[in-house]
Amino acid sequence: MIPSKPNFRKQGEHYVWGTGAALALTLLAAFTLIVVIMVNGLGYFWPARLAHLALADGSFVMGELTEENIGPQGRRVQLKVGNRDIYGLDFKWVDGREITSLTYPDEAVTLERRENGNFYGTLSAIRVDGLGIQTGQDLFLTLQEARKLISRRMEDIDPVVKEMGRVNLEMEDIRLEIQKLRYQDAAGYAAEIQELDLLSAAKRKAFDQMNQRISDFRADLAAHTVTLADAAGTLKEVPLVQIMRAYRPNRMSLWEKSWLYIKKIGELLTGEPRESNTEGGLFPAIFGTMMMVMTMSFFSIPLGVVAAIYLSEYAKPGVLVRLVRVAVYNLAGVPSIVFGVFGLGFFIYGVGGAMDQLFFPERLPTPVFGTGGILWASLTMALMTVPVVIVSTEEAFAAIPKGIREGSYSLGATKFQTLLRILLPSATPGIITGFVLAMARAAGEVAPLMITGVVKLAPALPMDGEFPYLHLDRKFMHLGFHIYDVGFQSPNVEAAKPMVFVTTLLLLVLVVVLSLSAMVLRNRMRARYQTRAF
Amino acid sequence: MTHFKFDNPILRIQDLFFYYGEKEVLKSITLDVPRNQVTAFIGPSGCGKSTLLRCLNRMNDMVDNSRMAGSMLKDGMEINTPELDTISLRRQIGMVFQHSNPFPKTIYENVIYGLRIAGVKNRQLLDEMVEKSLQGAALWDEVKDRLQESALGLSGGQMQRLCIARAIAVNPEIILMDEPCSALDPIATSRIEDLILELKKRYTVVIVTHNMQQAARISDFTAFLYMGELIEYNKTNIIFTTPAKKQTEDYITGRFG
Ligand SMILES: Nc1ncnc2c1ncn2[C@@H]1O[C@H](COP(=O)(O)OP(=O)(O)OP(=O)(O)O)[C@@H](O)[C@H]1O
Ligand SMILES: [Mg+2]
Repeated sequence: MIPSKPNFRKQGEHYVWGTGAALALTLLAAFTLIVVIMVNGLGYFWPARLAHLALADGSFVMGELTEENIGPQGRRVQLKVGNRDIYGLDFKWVDGREITSLTYPDEAVTLERRENGNFYGTLSAIRVDGLGIQTGQDLFLTLQEARKLISRRMEDIDPVVKEMGRVNLEMEDIRLEIQKLRYQDAAGYAAEIQELDLLSAAKRKAFDQMNQRISDFRADLAAHTVTLADAAGTLKEVPLVQIMRAYRPNRMSLWEKSWLYIKKIGELLTGEPRESNTEGGLFPAIFGTMMMVMTMSFFSIPLGVVAAIYLSEYAKPGVLVRLVRVAVYNLAGVPSIVFGVFGLGFFIYGVGGAMDQLFFPERLPTPVFGTGGILWASLTMALMTVPVVIVSTEEAFAAIPKGIREGSYSLGATKFQTLLRILLPSATPGIITGFVLAMARAAGEVAPLMITGVVKLAPALPMDGEFPYLHLDRKFMHLGFHIYDVGFQSPNVEAAKPMVFVTTLLLLVLVVVLSLSAMVLRNRMRARYQTRAF
Repeated sequence: MTHFKFDNPILRIQDLFFYYGEKEVLKSITLDVPRNQVTAFIGPSGCGKSTLLRCLNRMNDMVDNSRMAGSMLKDGMEINTPELDTISLRRQIGMVFQHSNPFPKTIYENVIYGLRIAGVKNRQLLDEMVEKSLQGAALWDEVKDRLQESALGLSGGQMQRLCIARAIAVNPEIILMDEPCSALDPIATSRIEDLILELKKRYTVVIVTHNMQQAARISDFTAFLYMGELIEYNKTNIIFTTPAKKQTEDYITGRFG
């Protein structure tokens, strides 16, 4: 008799199906999340067509069609009508039955402005006297030409602006120097202080002159304007310097749109935020996140690895070591805000406050280190991620076969040599795994940062060309906090929505990129050392 | 108990006791290991062969809670003393383990590991030693073209020979082997056995084995241990033909163990 297959239940098929279903469910959830974020985030930069609607009551609306749904009164569409300075709101719902006609007029223009968001309308006049452009041709072309000329002119004053920044810093230095001398011995240093005062006054004069020049220059340029009519015919005069970009989306080919799309993404990655973060670029936040993660790793990786080495290799096994281990493992589960509070109390008020007392007493009560900054935030994060590093390093050490250690000892190696030459290289892939986990956790965490140094808008990056180049005392921006800020603290929630998705997407990409590069590194090491498991 | 004394043994073990915690694992072992000969330790599982072997290069120091009493002399120098420099002892007494344990490094790096940690930097010398040691372990022809590849890509038998090469690269006087062939097939085993006979010319070999034929084939002297005691120690052919003790005979003929 041919032996029959064991029955379904015996083989445990139903459990296998259960596991498969669980996996499918998790994948589906993750996949949906990513697709939602991608669609909402990436769609934002596509130059949308401008729809012109004629309504039953005889009025007109123009804008980007953003949403369409069935409301309580039937079909309705949402338009981004822009022109915030005229309407007060960027978005408008229109009842589907009201619409009598829908067109996409060729001459509709989108203006991206430095302030007040987009303007949608049609060109009606342009004032570019003195720029040396012939008028009379197509208004849009004149506008583009004029903008090019003006942006070239703006470049002329870049050096002046830079110089102003430098002078400003010098003045600040002088101010601090005076403060210091006053603090040390006001009477004794009277002469020096007076000299510095004079110097400062001279600098201020130079600064004011430059400032005047720039204001005059800007005022001159601001005289060049373009006048647009919105859908209702209301005229609006916009200075050319206010315009970031102008285009006629309804006339653009797919290629032109794609090119514009790429340029916009580039701006997102490299630009500064505008309009209380709801527009513009994310560069400071990307940079801040990366730098925080790196500074954090700089502290937490060595600390965690060294602590793990002691725990697993040198500490005498016993109750105490077990207790320490349990404590460390549980530290990973402490709510992150608790770490934040600790960072605030210990690092900022404790260490930072003491540093200020010691090194900058003349500036008190204005804190230098006794306030949130990227150093303290990174240290707080390091504290939070150290357990992760310890756990994975210890696991990596435990996974090294006993035979390999004995092999090393039998050849006359000391414990330290064995550690350095055999154990650490073998454990490196495991350590990198810990590194990846720690980085991912640090990049995604927001709560502890909010009280240790993250800000909505940082005036300067924590790293720049000014001595000493690395300004770890500065406050910084962070993608995770940006999501919270733009999504929930911004006055114009509807307009901010796309930015929230974009920021989320970027944060995800950042974490994935960081993790992937670490994993590539790990696999390289694996390939080098472990071609065979046995 | 038959004491088999040599005039100038390389190792002289006298009244050696060993404890794991409270458990006495070796009881009053007295035994001489002759120079440039192969000495085999046989006995049923758990009788203490590995423990005895690991006493000789003080490997048991690593085991927490263990204790050793008695005396072991290598060329008249006491091994069982806290003052001993275990590093240099282990350079003189190499070890090959039951499960081959190459390091997760290249073949080349595996062989010169002992030299590297001893501080040898001279590239030429290292190259020479790699060739010499691999030839000594009868592995050179098989790996000479892949020295820079991972040692973990070798076969089980090759790995074991690599471990032997690694041990002889530091130029020891004695090589301890703990069941070096137990994880290998008959062909790989016979290659290692040939190698051991070859090694005998330059080194003293102490080997633990469960394989009676192997002990008979390659060893000159055989010690039979039982429950931590040395029952009988003699020339191999005497142990295997006319053992003095009933226990030895029973074990060799396979009546127990
Ligand atoms: N680390 C240890 N801790 C406690 N007891 C141990 C330890 N290692 C070995 N023992 C015990 O010591 C005794 C001797 O062990 P040993 O490994 O020397 O035996 P063996 O003769 O080599 O056996 P086998 O032939 O199975 O390898 C055994 O009873 C074993 O259980
Ligand atoms: Mg054993």
